[in-house]
Amino acid sequence: MIRHLLSTADLGREDAVRILDTAEEMSQVSAREVKKLPVLRGRTVVNLFFEDSTRTRISFEAAAKRLSADVINFSAKGSSVSKGESLQDTAQTLAAMGADAVVVRHPGSGAPARLAAAGWIGAPILNAGDGTHEHPTQALLDAFTLRRALAGLPASGPAEGDRARGAGLDGAQVAIVGDVLHSRVARSNVHLLRALGAHVSLIAPPTLLPWGVHTWPAEVFYDFDEALAAHDFDAVMMLRVQFERMHQSFFPNTREYTRLWGLTEQRYRRLPAHTAIMHPGPMNRGFEICASAADAERALILDQVENGVSVRMAALYELLTGDGTEAQQ
Amino acid sequence: MSSTLIRHARVLGGEERDIAIVDGRFAESVERPDETIDATGLVALPGLVDLHTHLREPGREDAETVLTGSQSAARGGYTAVHAMANTQPVADTAGVVEQVAHLGRAAGYAQVVPIGAVTTGQAGQQLAELGAMAASAARVRIFSDDGQCVADPMLMRRALEYVKTFDGVVAQHAQDPRLTEGAQMNEGLVSAELGLPGWPAVAEESIIARDVLLAEHVGSRLHVCHLSTAGSVEIVRWAKERGVRVTAEVTPHHLMLTDELVRSYDPVYKVNPPLRTQADVDAVRRGLADGTIDIVGTDHAPHTAEHKCSEWTAAAMGMVGLESALPIVMEAMADYGFGWADAARTMSARPAQISGLAEHGSLEPGTGANLVLVDPAAHEVIRPAEHATLGRNNPFAGIPVSTRIVDTFLFGTRVVADGELRGPHATARGGQWIE
Repeated sequence: MIRHLLSTADLGREDAVRILDTAEEMSQVSAREVKKLPVLRGRTVVNLFFEDSTRTRISFEAAAKRLSADVINFSAKGSSVSKGESLQDTAQTLAAMGADAVVVRHPGSGAPARLAAAGWIGAPILNAGDGTHEHPTQALLDAFTLRRALAGLPASGPAEGDRARGAGLDGAQVAIVGDVLHSRVARSNVHLLRALGAHVSLIAPPTLLPWGVHTWPAEVFYDFDEALAAHDFDAVMMLRVQFERMHQSFFPNTREYTRLWGLTEQRYRRLPAHTAIMHPGPMNRGFEICASAADAERALILDQVENGVSVRMAALYELLTGDGTEAQQ
Repeated sequence: MSSTLIRHARVLGGEERDIAIVDGRFAESVERPDETIDATGLVALPGLVDLHTHLREPGREDAETVLTGSQSAARGGYTAVHAMANTQPVADTAGVVEQVAHLGRAAGYAQVVPIGAVTTGQAGQQLAELGAMAASAARVRIFSDDGQCVADPMLMRRALEYVKTFDGVVAQHAQDPRLTEGAQMNEGLVSAELGLPGWPAVAEESIIARDVLLAEHVGSRLHVCHLSTAGSVEIVRWAKERGVRVTAEVTPHHLMLTDELVRSYDPVYKVNPPLRTQADVDAVRRGLADGTIDIVGTDHAPHTAEHKCSEWTAAAMGMVGLESALPIVMEAMADYGFGWADAARTMSARPAQISGLAEHGSLEPGTGANLVLVDPAAHEVIRPAEHATLGRNNPFAGIPVSTRIVDTFLFGTRVVADGELRGPHATARGGQWIE
């Protein structure tokens, strides 16, 4: 049982597999005509978003509503200081309103951890992406999608049989390509993929890799083609790269980036037939990923989005009910 | 005439002897003292001198005032503090520095020595009126844009040369601004994991390397504020071997704490320069013990609660430290053969010398009777809530220490007695430090 979901580094293999298994149950609900479970009836989930992210907010909102929770969306864009209300006041206000769980998106790394530790609010905190730190539910939905694909099951939709259940990602070869330095998705994925037994390769220009990345539990490549030659990847996860990075000299320009680190048409054709293509979205088509790859049959990008709801249902269920056993029965 | 006799004090931790004070100065002896204090078991040190204190007044009196900062200094055993220039308005004119010195006398708990800004408004564009500040009643000798680095090499060269006029010193906050844009903590394994933008050691070291070469070239005095990395210690050691007139400072927190603490995302650990790694802590401890680093400066930086009770990225940088400095330094240096004489050298005599304060830093008869008595075998825990500073951003809360500040004498006036503040020095009623 976990109290908050702040970082995938806090999840052991058992925790992660339990949440993924619960998400399999939840995927059944999403396929029903009445997409609702009564398990969180009367509970209030607050989506506290200090940063715009319509996709993530909608996904959490749908997840909470399918569990019959009441949802309050609290948009507090801009830093708390410029807005005049502190994180402390916001948190204490939500506590006074009786929030049972708070889903936090914040541009500053560590803001959810601070909310969980400062004593301003007692409710479980679910990190929906903090700065360049972590995005745990994204990593969980990536693992969920990949686990389906590795078991030869439909990558999304209701669970078909029990083949994925209980499994990790043992032995899977996963490439994470792009702006690892600024990516909360990459950080969460490295921890979680390792916990589930996968082998991780990080592929990026040295400017977009964190200092000391060679101590991380991952293999590091500066050369995308060398990595493709070295491993038979089960999945290639392309990260979103912001165009503005080129103005900070992380790379010379978008053309060179695409040539060296993009999933171009040529690289896409080189991939083995079983390599799944993943992207956390939103994509920059023609920059980090070519259209053929983005639209390929083995692209799991929309499956990732669909699975996001099931995984977030499982995460909310885990935090608000203590364990996943009830839903599985 | 007033006189005090302190009996049985262990001077610099050595032999017991008596210390006589007559009319605000140490004396050879005193016949019939007005007051006699039994200091059996206590260590006597010259009153501590801090070259790096943020008193916040004028401008941010909600964070600290000259009075509360001076009281904090006295309780920490300090008899002189150097008020950093990054106030609002910036201390870049004779008017502001004289005002700060005046507020110090009006408080009467420590001699407040203003530091002047190097550049107007600390904007790094043009030199402030350094000569006017030096010639003012505040007699400014140390100039610093602390909080900002004098990043322009041409401007730094000119400042170093110009202050030779009055034997001044430029105290540099060594931080390359381009290498630290948006920086939140030390760049290393922890920042990579936490996803916080890093402040690399090289951003400090490259400026120090440049500045010692400039100081050598123009033959000027350079003081390096709060150095924090192993590489900085090496560069200063190299420069001293070459005969460069450089002095260096380290803070109590860089002697004690590491970036591992940032894992809590608790802004009490957010400071500039940032907490570094254990290897850096070991290096600055060795550097202080072997004299490469000349002094301990507190970088006492009080902030209001609302600037610390926030998420990490929105929080202000800085820690308070006047009242915990000596106990923390003695704990941090416990394994380095660092005795009371070393504490007196690095926290009193040497800083007084750098600043040209003749009345501080010594227990010799004839100098100002600035003295602290400490209990070297106390069983204390750092309790920030009980401190005199308005700042509660003390990162040492709960740390057990064996040093307790008992009495502080400021020009012969016992401003702290048994750890508690007493009345101020006569300057608070319009007198002089020594009549």
